[in-house]
Amino acid sequence: MSQQGYVATPPYSQSQPGIGLSPPNYGHYGDPSHAAPPPGMMKPAGPLGAAAPGGMMPQGPPPPGPHQFGQNGAHAQGHPPQRFPGPPPAHSAAPSYAPYSPSTQSSYPSPVSTSSVTQLGSQLNAMHVNSYGPGMAPPSQGPPGPLSAPSFQGPPRPPQPSVLQPGSQVLPPPPTALNGPGASPLPPSTHRQDGLPGPAPPNAQYQPPPLPGQNLGAGYPPQQANYGPQMAGAQLSYPGGFPGGPAQMAGPPQPQKKLDPDSIPSPIQVIENDRATRGGQVYATNTRGQVPPLVTTDCVIQDQGNASPRYIRCTTYCFPCTSDMAKQAQIPLAAVIKPFATIPSNETPLYLVNHGENGPVRCNRCKAYMCPFMQFIEGGRRYQCGFCNCVNDVPPFYFQHLDHIGRRLDHYEKPELSLGSYEYVATLDYCRKNKPPSAPAFVFMIDVSYSNIKNGLVKLICEELKTVLEKLPKEEQEETSAIRVGFITYNKVLHFFNVKSNLAQPQMMVVTDVSEVFVPLLDGFLVNYQESQSVIHNLLDQIPDMFADSNENETVFAPVIQAGMEALKAADCPGKLFIFHSSLPTAEAPGKLKNRDDKKLINTDKEKVLFQPQTNVYDSLARDCVAHGCCVTLFLFPSQYVDVASLGLVPLLTGGTLYKYNNFQMHLDSQQFLNDLRNDIEKKIGFDAIMRVRTSTGFRATDFFGGIFMNNTTDIEMAAIDCDKAVTVEFKHDDKLGEDSGALIQCAVLYTTVGGQRRLRIHNLSLNCSSQLADLYKSCETDALVNFFAKSAFKAVLHQPLKVIREILVNQTAHMLACYRKNCASPSAASQLILPDSMKVLPVYMNCLLKNCVLLSRPEISTDERAYQRQLVMTMGVADSQLFFYPQLLPIHTLDVKSTALPTAIRCSESRLSEEGVFLLANGLNMFLWLGVSSPPELIQGIFNVPSFAHVNTDMIPPIYSCIF
Amino acid sequence: MATYLEFIQQNEERDGVRFSWNVWPSSRLEATRMVVPLACLLTPLRERPDLPPVQYEPVLCSRPTCKAILNPLCQVDYRAKLWACNFCFQRNQFPPAYTGISEVNQPAELMPQFSTIEYVIQRGPQSPLIFLYVVDTCLEEDDLQALKESLQMSLSLLPPDALVGLITFGRMVQVHELSCEGISKSFVFRGTKDLTAKQIQDMLGLTTPAMPMQQARPQEHPFVSSRFLQPIQKIDMNLTDLLGELQRDPWPVTQGKRPLRSTGVALSIAVGLLEGTFPNTGARIMLFTGGPPTQGPGMVVGDELKVPIRSWHDIEKDNARFMKKATKHYEMLANRAATNGHCIDIYACALDQTGLLEMKCCANLTGGHMVMGDSFNTSLFKQTFQRIFSKDFNGNFRMAFGATLEVKTSRELKIAGAVGPCVSLNVKGPCVSENELGVGGTSQWKICGLDPTSTLGIYFEVVNQHNAPIPQGGRGAIQFVTQYQHSSTQRRIRVTTVARNWADAQSHLRHIEAAFDQEAAAVLMARLGVFRAESEEGPDVLRWLDRQLIRLCQKFGQYNKEDPTSFRLSDSFSLYPQFMFHLRRSPFLQVFNNSPDESSYYRHHFARQDLTQSLIMIQPILYSYSFHGPPEPVLLDSSSILADRILLMDTFFQIVIYLGETIAQWRKAGYQDMPEYENFKHLLQAPLDDAQEILQARFPMPRYINTEHGGSQARFLLSKVNPSQTHNNLYTWGQILL
Repeated sequence: MSQQGYVATPPYSQSQPGIGLSPPNYGHYGDPSHAAPPPGMMKPAGPLGAAAPGGMMPQGPPPPGPHQFGQNGAHAQGHPPQRFPGPPPAHSAAPSYAPYSPSTQSSYPSPVSTSSVTQLGSQLNAMHVNSYGPGMAPPSQGPPGPLSAPSFQGPPRPPQPSVLQPGSQVLPPPPTALNGPGASPLPPSTHRQDGLPGPAPPNAQYQPPPLPGQNLGAGYPPQQANYGPQMAGAQLSYPGGFPGGPAQMAGPPQPQKKLDPDSIPSPIQVIENDRATRGGQVYATNTRGQVPPLVTTDCVIQDQGNASPRYIRCTTYCFPCTSDMAKQAQIPLAAVIKPFATIPSNETPLYLVNHGENGPVRCNRCKAYMCPFMQFIEGGRRYQCGFCNCVNDVPPFYFQHLDHIGRRLDHYEKPELSLGSYEYVATLDYCRKNKPPSAPAFVFMIDVSYSNIKNGLVKLICEELKTVLEKLPKEEQEETSAIRVGFITYNKVLHFFNVKSNLAQPQMMVVTDVSEVFVPLLDGFLVNYQESQSVIHNLLDQIPDMFADSNENETVFAPVIQAGMEALKAADCPGKLFIFHSSLPTAEAPGKLKNRDDKKLINTDKEKVLFQPQTNVYDSLARDCVAHGCCVTLFLFPSQYVDVASLGLVPLLTGGTLYKYNNFQMHLDSQQFLNDLRNDIEKKIGFDAIMRVRTSTGFRATDFFGGIFMNNTTDIEMAAIDCDKAVTVEFKHDDKLGEDSGALIQCAVLYTTVGGQRRLRIHNLSLNCSSQLADLYKSCETDALVNFFAKSAFKAVLHQPLKVIREILVNQTAHMLACYRKNCASPSAASQLILPDSMKVLPVYMNCLLKNCVLLSRPEISTDERAYQRQLVMTMGVADSQLFFYPQLLPIHTLDVKSTALPTAIRCSESRLSEEGVFLLANGLNMFLWLGVSSPPELIQGIFNVPSFAHVNTDMIPPIYSCIF
Repeated sequence: MATYLEFIQQNEERDGVRFSWNVWPSSRLEATRMVVPLACLLTPLRERPDLPPVQYEPVLCSRPTCKAILNPLCQVDYRAKLWACNFCFQRNQFPPAYTGISEVNQPAELMPQFSTIEYVIQRGPQSPLIFLYVVDTCLEEDDLQALKESLQMSLSLLPPDALVGLITFGRMVQVHELSCEGISKSFVFRGTKDLTAKQIQDMLGLTTPAMPMQQARPQEHPFVSSRFLQPIQKIDMNLTDLLGELQRDPWPVTQGKRPLRSTGVALSIAVGLLEGTFPNTGARIMLFTGGPPTQGPGMVVGDELKVPIRSWHDIEKDNARFMKKATKHYEMLANRAATNGHCIDIYACALDQTGLLEMKCCANLTGGHMVMGDSFNTSLFKQTFQRIFSKDFNGNFRMAFGATLEVKTSRELKIAGAVGPCVSLNVKGPCVSENELGVGGTSQWKICGLDPTSTLGIYFEVVNQHNAPIPQGGRGAIQFVTQYQHSSTQRRIRVTTVARNWADAQSHLRHIEAAFDQEAAAVLMARLGVFRAESEEGPDVLRWLDRQLIRLCQKFGQYNKEDPTSFRLSDSFSLYPQFMFHLRRSPFLQVFNNSPDESSYYRHHFARQDLTQSLIMIQPILYSYSFHGPPEPVLLDSSSILADRILLMDTFFQIVIYLGETIAQWRKAGYQDMPEYENFKHLLQAPLDDAQEILQARFPMPRYINTEHGGSQARFLLSKVNPSQTHNNLYTWGQILL
């Protein structure tokens, strides 16, 4: 999704009055016909349930069942509440495909309408709105039946388009019976799409004003407070019932049939299938444009000329040849690059190439680095650059003869000729000021204001530092770490510590001039931990006592970063600041913030302000930090609003990480915090990095998302980049691409290692090009697409109203699918949703994205949490974003304690929870344990060591955020 | 009747006062014709072992504009228990405590021998002495080490309840908190940023919120208010360790650069710190610096070594970039310190200049010491520094703080001004003249740091009109009231009341002439000259001095026109021209061959030493030791340099022992080691002993030079003597000088 997409009025957002499919018409919420509370709705906790009470729901009403699907009126007709899961026996056939054949048919006299895009858009809308425009399809307007038939009779190209009907893959029901309105006993509107995993439950309870009879209110309010960040509720985007809804609703008889949730393509199924077919195998990267296994699939990757998908994943592995084609499909062309991704021990680590003083071999024109895409010619004396086609002389030291197939004799001896990823030792030309870099330094900066001292946090940190400093990252071959460490504490003023090894006791230097902060000492601030160990321990022992009587509540923040940055600058080394902070910086200093958390802005055009930093101090500070290779990692312990949007900006832009522990409580949260701290200190990281993405002719990188800073349009600057950070790069055509030459991408990262060496890390990837849309769709990767959509949408949040962003997301998704339907799928009923195989779960995932609290305005979700998640997602790799947006839901009660294997995940829907079960929900950020009210006592005994559900003490485990997908 | 010489001496002994004229011309017109103004040198705290302070408070004249203190010159009506003020003639009742007073039962202040008397004020809190060390860390390693040792040594000399503080500076300025256990803590300031007093106090956390302040006030316990100034007994060990661990400034100094030295900010913080914590309490800021300030406010020279520090030449050419701004900065600091009664010492030890020219006002205006040396690792510095903490016969430090000097005169006189280590308190009154000499326009001055030798020149103006003659036997009176904080932390008031006879200059010129104190006059005129030289061009001052001398000779000399040989001056004037001659040649008025820093240093000491020392400075003393007789003073003239003499010259700043040619040869031959020439050994030893005696007593320690004929250091002697014999008239000495 390009940026301009957000600027322009989304073309698809306009309603088409005649059709009545446009979103505004989905107004069934206010429908009086729902007045009677469905029996199944009993459980107020229902949709919230999973979420709210923290998974424990001790006293809560019985776990949600099924019921929410019934509310749309099913019971109004007297049908018994339907218990999902499990297809309603009576309608076994119908629901299977009913969902997608609803009203559209009626509105389109001709089966394959040119407005299929619109139609799909609205279908998608409907999915998350959870109501398919009731009454828009009066039975009388029944579409011609036959048209729907083809789509059910097997897709023309079996693997490719999977007709989105759960049952269809197995056996398509007779079309005629179901599609024809006349034939069907149910009017189209009854084909509820509630079954989609996410939306259904919220739908039930979020109807803005609960109707008097709906009896929903009682149970909900208390739980709403607990609503966690991820609580979804896309419906909210359409506040207030839509006028047309009720009236239309009244007309058609309320069907009891709803979309069978199982009929939706299951991400779990897709993941499992991929695991089954490709898991555990060796995936060799020797073929251009091959689609790698899913991120969730565990396999061994062998570099044979293209970068491992652990480093680079693309939204599609086959680029359209022309920009027209790209526009037509609207599939974003992007790569998610995680240059420092962790490689499992059974895969080969990167080779290091050292050309000595000659430095890396590079194309003279485009400066691309030597790689497998360079074609050697003229007996090896020259080579043609695969990127710009320039013919270069081979430098004498690099000359080698060619073999009979025109390949260099040393092809397999030189990593840069045969591998997709490798590293170069950089020469002085690649260093700042042409001087070899110094080893990086870590500076620990601890907020010692009153609250942090009081709750023991300072003591905890100081204790932990003593052990964790033993594990500073080091070069593989080195004995000890070259990283130096320094310490600063601060409240309203800054305290630097001199911990030089020859001192008997540490020295504290107080800098009170926070308006123009400076480094008071050079020698003795950054020290080798091993040498100064005793002084450092002495200091860490003293810090908690030193400030024990301090009553200082106010803190500064920008000067703290400034101080750390100046210290690194003075020591002329890159480094990382670890800041442990807990409050809104209100003391008089640059970067002072005020509490501006204004719930009134929610759902207005000004909502974006909440995501923007309060002052531009932090922006320029980040710029300085990046310029000096200073990465900032922030551990936040807020007890109230701290303006994450402002505080988190520097960590985001400098490639650091923001960790947030709301209402930190020592006994509950310290473990999580300490683990995060240890991991963050120990993880693999490169400093002072510049990344450049080069492409072959015909396209180029145009847009970049991630924890990066860009001074110009091509150089991606990062103060540091670690193994968890990914950069998403969007490409655009600027010419035609040839099917023969394909599309080549070379990502080069120049960085300083933890040992202070300057290196270049090169990742190469070759993609196919095709002029067939079908090829394009075949090679797409949904997980990467979602990553891209999430980042681009979250970036746009800063500039555009959320409503517009949501619409664009919906419309672009619809457009992509419609384009497929129109151009690649064989004709089928307009009501039929047809999905390419590679995008089978895209609608589900997009729905999850739309329900993320960043894009969803809900007053009970704190502004800080939204800002936090927004920034978090910006640096995520594909695997992280996949898990984040579609969390794993593990039925723990089925766990075989004797085996190490985890139970198979189930679809992440509230309806999948059962009262008898215990479920673990994990999104990579939080974990929730959900206990069914009648979960087996032996299980509870085993987990909590208490006799029954009622005895479980929620204080024993961390508070839980609600989370439903 | 005793001679005037004896009278003068006696007065000096008793009151510490020497007047240029001891009989005063009775009208303004005549007074101006006397050329040398009516003035006096006052040593307010002259040591008086025989003067026990009285333990009660002085009795003041009740007229609000007068408030003169009861003194022996007052007329007392014992029966009515009344006394008449001799300045304003107000009749005052004695206070109740004086009811037992009678002719035979007089309080001390009425007895003539107590024309100088000291009162001890019992009221009010006793404030501790405060010493704030401000230490430059941009020193060579051995210099720093020596300085650290000196500082540690000084701690043992301080009284146990004295408060001490430590500020170190280099590129940054560190204010050390002294009472920390387990960790040494300091507040750090950027050396380039000028901070206001308020900012400094905020940053040091001295401005506590209103509540605690109010709580602290009733306690009236100044000790609690600052972490940075702690009683020495409490933090002796800490501070000794801290000083011991003091490192050289760690910031790298690249080749061709001077170290960055933030003297200006450091001083500013020191002043601000004391200002915020102990205003109006005696305190000493002791600045130890080893080079010129090179950054921030008060910088004197840039850090590029290739740009040398300003010279007199640059100053004349208006080429000294930083001088004006720096001077302004230090003047501002000096004035703030003076307002609060804090004095600033400067101990500058470096081979090159250290910016004393710019910083001089800090010491000059606050009565602080200025010491200039080559290195902290010399005995010159070490002993000088040690001498600051010397004690008097009562075991008290020879230093006093926060003094105000008030001068009251009888109606015929007005106060024109003062020259000395003081600042004006701007107290106007009926006895303040409109004509200013020195620091004028006031009848009160503040002297923040005083020692028993500190001497001020105070200038008066006779305002009596010519046609309003003073009755026969009328006397003019002057009262000096010095309130100060004694080093024993008591507040004390010393009152000196003096009176002199009036005489009609037309009829009694001879009286006046005979009562001329040429030594005092020379010093007083020299002070005026030096005072002028600070602000005016050198040649103008010299011309002014010349004119004054000529006019004086015109007035008091006896001569026949057109006959130079007939010129005679009476005994009481005979030495005066000679003083003026040497004054013209002295470094106080001549800048040639002196750096601006040296000039400032010399002038600083000249403006505060007592009469004897000042005369030595004007005209160095030359003693001759030979076999021809006992040691004798000889003329400061090249004709005094003889082959068979040993000369000892004392210029105050230097002590030079010079062996004549023959003596030097004898010594080389080793005669002094031969038993039969023991007398030669004694001869060699005599000047050494005398020099030691001078060295013992003098502050600051003079440079001690032991040289001989033809030695390179003989230049110190040759540059001082009157070159009556040069290569132009070399009939006997030419070959020697060649």
